[in-house]
Formats: sequence, C-alpha cells, structure tokens
Amino acid sequence: MNSDVILLKIENVCKTYAIPVLTDISLEIKRGEIHSIVGENGAGKSTLCRIIAGLVKPNSGFMMLDGNSYNPESKRDAERHGIRIVMQELNVIPTLTIAENIFLTDLPNRFGYIDKLTLNERTEKLLEQIGMGDVSPDTKVSELGLGKQQLVEIAGGLSKQCKLLILDEPTAALTEPEVQNLFRQIKKLKEAGASIIYVSHRLEEVMQISDTITVLRDGKLIKTKPAVEFTLDEIVRLMVGRELEVISHRKTASSNNLLMRVEDISTPGGIKNVSFVLMQGEVLGFAGLMGSGRTELMRAIFGADSKTSGRIFVKDLNNPVLIKNPCDAVKNGIAMLPESRKEQGLFLPLSVRINITINNLKKLCRMPALIDTSMEVNQSEYWRNTLSIKSNSIEQKVLELSGGNQQKILLARWLFKNCDILIMDEPTRGIDVGAKFEIYKLIYELAEQGKGIIFVSSDLKELMTVCDRIAVMSNGSLIEIFNIDNWSQDKIMSAALSGYLKDKNFSNG
Amino acid sequence: MANMINSGKFKKAATEYLGLIIALVCLIVVFSLLTKYFFSATNFLTIANQIPSAVLIATGMTYILIIAEIDLSVGSVLGLCGAVVGTAIIKWNMPASVAICIAVLAGVLCGLFNGAVSLKWRLPSFIVTLGMLEMARGGAHALSGSQTQYLGNKIDFVASASIYGLSLPFIIAIAIVIFAQFVLTKTVFGRYIIAIGTNEEAVRLSGINPKPIKLAVFVFCGLLVSLAAVIDTSRFQSANPNAGIGFELQAIAAAVIGGTSLMGGRGSVISTFLGVLIIAVLNSGLAALGLRDEIKRLITGAVIVAAVIVDYYRTRIKVNQK
Repeated sequence: MNSDVILLKIENVCKTYAIPVLTDISLEIKRGEIHSIVGENGAGKSTLCRIIAGLVKPNSGFMMLDGNSYNPESKRDAERHGIRIVMQELNVIPTLTIAENIFLTDLPNRFGYIDKLTLNERTEKLLEQIGMGDVSPDTKVSELGLGKQQLVEIAGGLSKQCKLLILDEPTAALTEPEVQNLFRQIKKLKEAGASIIYVSHRLEEVMQISDTITVLRDGKLIKTKPAVEFTLDEIVRLMVGRELEVISHRKTASSNNLLMRVEDISTPGGIKNVSFVLMQGEVLGFAGLMGSGRTELMRAIFGADSKTSGRIFVKDLNNPVLIKNPCDAVKNGIAMLPESRKEQGLFLPLSVRINITINNLKKLCRMPALIDTSMEVNQSEYWRNTLSIKSNSIEQKVLELSGGNQQKILLARWLFKNCDILIMDEPTRGIDVGAKFEIYKLIYELAEQGKGIIFVSSDLKELMTVCDRIAVMSNGSLIEIFNIDNWSQDKIMSAALSGYLKDKNFSNG
Repeated sequence: MANMINSGKFKKAATEYLGLIIALVCLIVVFSLLTKYFFSATNFLTIANQIPSAVLIATGMTYILIIAEIDLSVGSVLGLCGAVVGTAIIKWNMPASVAICIAVLAGVLCGLFNGAVSLKWRLPSFIVTLGMLEMARGGAHALSGSQTQYLGNKIDFVASASIYGLSLPFIIAIAIVIFAQFVLTKTVFGRYIIAIGTNEEAVRLSGINPKPIKLAVFVFCGLLVSLAAVIDTSRFQSANPNAGIGFELQAIAAAVIGGTSLMGGRGSVISTFLGVLIIAVLNSGLAALGLRDEIKRLITGAVIVAAVIVDYYRTRIKVNQK
C-alpha cells in the first residue's frame, strides 16, 4: 500500500523559544502515508506541525519536499507547495457562511463580484465528502455546533489539491460518526496519493488509522516505526519516558481534618460529576491533558463560571456553602490563582503595591473608605520581602517583572487575604526553574501552616514532587485519585488518556 | 521620612502636571502678546465664570472613561435638568430650592439608567448613553414645550454669589475637582475604579464585585451633570431645552487633553481640569484675535488631535525607558 517514495524529509530541525521546544528532529514522511505524531502536552507536536506548515520558522535544520529544498516563508507559501494545515484552535469566521469560510482566500469572483453559484457548487461537493451533504453552503458558521465547525475547517483543508494535509487534534470536538466519516475521507485522500500528518491524544484512533507513528517527548523524537509494531502500552510508556528520576519528596503536612468537600460538580462546559475532598495541610494535584477540564472545574468551584449541579462544603461538612461568584468563594476562604495570570489576575500597568493590596484595602483603612498610605506601603513591603519578590521598589509596574515574580505577587495578594484554600492553576507555567522551586517551597510552607492547596499542572514530574495526592482528569471526568505510594507516570498518563478511549477498561499495563 | 515622602510626591505631582501647565502658560503668553485685551483681570474672571459647568461635566466624564466606559448623554441630560428647573419654577410654581432638588434627582436617575441598563444586559455604554442622549433631549423639549423658559432673578442667586470676586459656581467646581481627585487617589472606591478600568476580570476574580462600583460611577456622573445644569440655568437666568448640545465631546476632549485613556485605567481629575482650562483659554484667545467661529473650531480640533499624539509619545517614552 505504501509507496516508498519520500515526500517530505525533515533533517535536524530545532526550535527554541525561551527553552528548547524541538531538538534535532529528523523525520521522513512518505508519499501516501498516514503518519501520526503523539506525545504529552508540550512535547512539541504542534510546533513541529507549524514548522512544516510555514507558520513557525525553525532555528536550524532543513526540510526537503520532493527532493527540493523546502523552506516555507508563510502559510500561503506552504499552501503553494501543496501543504495545508488544520489547526487545533478553531480558525473559522463565525459571521460568514460555510462556503465563504472554506474559500475565503480565493473566492471565485468576476471583478470582485462573488460568483455565488460556483462557490456554492464547489462547497456542496466538499460538504458531501465530509458527510455534511445535508447542510446548506449558505449556513452561517456560528449556527453550527463545535464539531461541525471543525468539520468545515477540515473541508477547507480538503478544498485544494494538496500533497500533505496536517491535522492537529482534529477530533477533539467531534462525535463518533463524525470521526468515522473523517477517517473515511482521510483514507480517500491517501488513496489519491496525498500524505497526512495526524496529531491526536486519542491513541486508539491513532492506532486505527496510522501507517506510521512517531512519539515525541520533551521536544525530542523518541521513536518512529510502523503502527502495527506498536502496542498501546508501549506508546504510553514512550510518551512519559522510562528514565524515572528519583524524586525527593518532602514530609507530608496533610492531616486528617477535612477542609473542603466537593460533590458532583457538573458544568455546561462538560465537567461531569466531579467529587473530591481536600484535607488541611494537603497539596492535592490535578493532572490531565489540555482540555481535560481541570481549569473549567477550578473556575466552577471558585464561582468564576456557572455550574449545573454540585455542592461545596467548607469546614462545616453538614451545610454546603453557596458559591455563585468569586465574592462568595473568597468569603468562604477560597482563593484562586487563575490560569493566565496576565489576563485574569494582574493589573499589568499598575504598581506592585496596588496589585498586592487590591482585595485587602479594607484592612488598610483607619477611617472608613480612606486608604492609609503608610499602612499600605508597610504591608506591601512586608509581602515583597516575605516572598522575596524582585522589583526595584513596590512602585514598579508589574508588567516589567518576570513571570515568577508576577506569580508571587498574586500569591502575596491571597496570602494577605488569608484564605484557607488556595487553588493554583498552572502556577509555574512560563516561569524559570529557580522561581519554580521558590514557589514549591512557598507551597510547602503554606501546607505546613494548615492551608489546603489545589495544584493544577501539566507537568507530571512537578506534580509528583509537590503533591500529596494527584487527581487525574480526563474528558471532563475525574478518573482516579492517586496516593504517593501508588502513583507512577505510566499510571497517571494512562488515566489521563482513558476518558478518550471507548474501552474504558484499558489501564496501566 | 514623612518629609521625604511628601517632597517625592510633590515632585511626582509636579512632573505629572508639568506638560499641561506649560502648554497653558504658553497659550496665555502667546495670546497676551498677540492681542491687547486678552491679558486682563476681567478676561480671566470671564473665563472663570464660564467654565464651571464644563469642569463638572468633564470631571464626571473622567471617572466614566477611567472605568473604560463612555457617557454620550451628558449634554442632553444637562438640557433635561435645566428644563426641569425651569418647568418646576414657572409651571409648577415651586421655590427654586425644590426645583434644584428635583433637577438633581433627574440627573441621578439618568445616570442610574445608563449604568443599570448597560450593566444588566452587558450592553456597550456607547449605545445605551446614545439612546439616553435622544431620550433626555426629547424629555427636555417635552417638559418645556420646546420653549426657553425665562427665570429672571428667581434662580440667579447661585451664579451671582461670589467670594473675593470668584463666583460660587467656580468655587463649587474647584471643590468638586479636589474632592474627585481625592476620592480617585486616596480611597478604596478610587482604587477600585482604576483597577476595573485596567482589568475588570482580574477585579472580579479577586473577589470584588465590579458592578455596584461601575453603577456608582454612572450615578456620580449624572449627579455632576445636574449640578452643571443648575449652574448654567442660574448663569443665563433661563432654561433652554437645547442647552448642552455637543458638551459630551467637549468633556471627552478635555479629559483626553488631560491624558485620560479612552481604554480605561488611567486618568486624573486635576489633569482634566487643566484640559478644560486649555480649551477655554484657547477659545477666549482665538475670539480675542477676532477669528471667525469656523476657524476657531478648526484650530481647537487640531489642538485636541495634537494633544493625543503628544500623550501617545509621552506614554511611549515611559514604557521604553523601563
């Protein structure tokens, strides 16, 4: 079935942002093969796809397409070479029709006047192909469900003759029949001689459809071989890596006093009946893949987004507390460091002082409503020293500080508020290693003071260093909570993938 | 120590207002050299008596702009409140003090409407206050029968009262500027509105409900507009249902010249006050030069654009320095 003609040859490609994202990747894509790329969050899959599609330039290395040097300047340039990408994030314009979206870059027209007849004809043909023949090309994209929108985007990818189609997580929002339909189309494309690069978390799908599978880990190519030679367990093992470092774990501060109990939380965004407890002095980790619902769950608990069901008990385990908005959460001693600290947490153009004191101003008033300047300065200085926030002064603007110091400012805000329960959503993302360890240390200290900490992270090693227990989310559900004596990277990874498998019995081998 | 902090603060304040003060002084010097009549006590007193209503409205607008909203209805609401004063005195035979109270209530209600509607349905304040612009003007005409109501000496006690030659309205305006600047920089409320204008979602996620705070700002603006209406009615001794047309743009212009950001989070009432003074001096000086109205408007408009460009470079430099 596979011809052995090499379509795209990637040699020693490297990409570095602040840290290396891809190191020395060499890969061959054969003509007419379906080549899947799998790996953990941040393994470099998307970056590799973007490099091939001309969206990102590699720092070094080169690519050959059909034996000629291939060095795309832009996405348009890559498309001229017959390489197209359908990206993870939806890239459709909701206010335009399906037809207009698919042919946006070359609408059939006469002197600028759109030739609607040709446009709709072509679109109908494409929609037929992806099993959306019953939908009119004139439908506005905003009227379609998420899965259908994704299909429109894929139809856009199919719309032109292409040698290589890259699908980066195309099935995340699709239903089972839609996925099967997509697979039929992919196979048709393949029979027509095109190659496909397919990226997905859904390993079963990957096994089902691929000719070749490549496993990436930490930006390195771990293994490439024919799909039939892989087993599911082997892929999982290669994804997380075997070289398990000996992780030094601190003495736990977790006690037997229940601090918070969460029961049956569900949200409109797809969180399904999540329940767990948090002890005093405990650090409870939340692991899961991107989009597994960790952030959504935390926002629902904190009252930032709405819930469809669920009860939350804080300290008094007989009477649930009502949390309808973040104010209620804070009143009940719950704090949250949001996932994107710049957009949701900080006041970037304002000073360190204002950022620390914003929700504690009432403590800083001698007369009602009147901020006591010297008290505010003293408190800000105190927190800056306590958390060793590095800034010129408390008057420096927060936007000029590093990510680690910005995160510490948010932490200072909540410590000043004296909340008992701290939810931290990816607190170490984009922070350098030194600052990471400072934040871990702070977390330990807080736990020892009897606070309960929920620690969401995509970095498994980090979770296994910091946490007492690790809850694993997958596809909106809480799959399992591991203890320190029964966790392993393999088990956690398997649990994180399990929500996306049809056969839920697959587990750690 | 306290002295150091104070002198540091003084320095900071001086540099903050320095650009505006220099611009103002330059204008005064230029007009004084170019015309005979400009540099005189009478002329300055005239300016001082003209600006109070503009100062009050621009102060309210500054607060609104800081929370990243806009109020286009201020001019119409001024007309409405004036009509309320006139109608209450002439048609309903009420004493002036009661009429003033009803007018203030009307202004507050308009602000409440603007705030409540845009917050409740998450509508852009641009649209809601545009609606209010029409409604209030309609209300002003309906109340007054589209007639200017002459009040004579029934209400002139507000504008004619004076201390050391400064009119009561001017003193009220200065007091409100100082009060509003104090609230903005020294109180919890002021801190909240700056934070809301900078990043409303971050305010919400720190456990502070931004909605009542924003509502209060709309109401405060309505209140200041009604005071401005009382002052103007008293000054002209009449209530004109067409009063205040275009005031919203003047108020925005004054705030922007003073360095208030239309994106929210940045602004100072004192700077806005200096902005009002600059526009007033410019108008007076250009009139003293004997320029026709259309030329005056051309120049005033150009000055507003120039001020924004200067402000762009000023903030640019600050960012780059760091």
